[in-house]
Amino acid sequence: MAKRSNEPILWVLFSAGGVVAAFLIPVLLFLLFLAFPLGWITPPSYHGLLALVRLPITRLALFVLSFFSLFHWAHRFRYTLYDGLQIKHLNQLIFPFCYGGAVVGSVIAGYILWNIG
Amino acid sequence: MSQARQNATYTEFRPRWYRARVSTWWWMGRWSYLKFILREISSVFVAWFVVELLLALNALSTGPQEYSEFQLFLRNPVVVATNVVSLFFVIFHALTWFNLAPKAMAVRVRGKRIPDLWIAGPNYVAWAAVSAIVAWFLLRA
Repeated sequence: MAKRSNEPILWVLFSAGGVVAAFLIPVLLFLLFLAFPLGWITPPSYHGLLALVRLPITRLALFVLSFFSLFHWAHRFRYTLYDGLQIKHLNQLIFPFCYGGAVVGSVIAGYILWNIG
Repeated sequence: MSQARQNATYTEFRPRWYRARVSTWWWMGRWSYLKFILREISSVFVAWFVVELLLALNALSTGPQEYSEFQLFLRNPVVVATNVVSLFFVIFHALTWFNLAPKAMAVRVRGKRIPDLWIAGPNYVAWAAVSAIVAWFLLRA
């Protein structure tokens, strides 16, 4: 039997990441990293924000967002390097860098979200 | 490309591979190509957002002191500029993603493709709704 490609799984992760990133990142980036720190909008208090992040549902949502977004990056960036710079021959370097990076990032996300408090 | 060149052996019938050389900067020539590369590069800013989110959560988890220091970091002009560029790219990602949805989902009713807007439209409505809900939770926190 021919060796099965794992490309479809990677593509599904990429695709799911594209969806969650499109829906959630613009609003979160705008509020958390521009509007609140720069005082365009009154930021929530430290304790209010901590209480929100402590909720299991928030932690789960943030983990899902981080996990899929990282795999979205891994897949798309890998092909950007292949197509944009035509360096497919460096696959043995690019592949572990991209997906390995996504795995490491997801583990860190899981660790931080699990231990918040 | 280089691999094919290395493996190619000279024979009478196939003297050598013909591979047209494509410039590394091929995507600079036309707006649609450049748009493609910009869309692909948006993924770097998606990853940057995740890194920033994890730094924020780590600071939040460590304590009020670390959290206010992280707010100072976010006010650094270089970080502000990066975040403004990132916002542009993640919005670009969202727009191109929703505009692609009708092409990925070819829904037919009575043998005819339904208009693209019928698929892209609800995505935009959902995007606005999700953004409003997230904003509401953050603002009342």
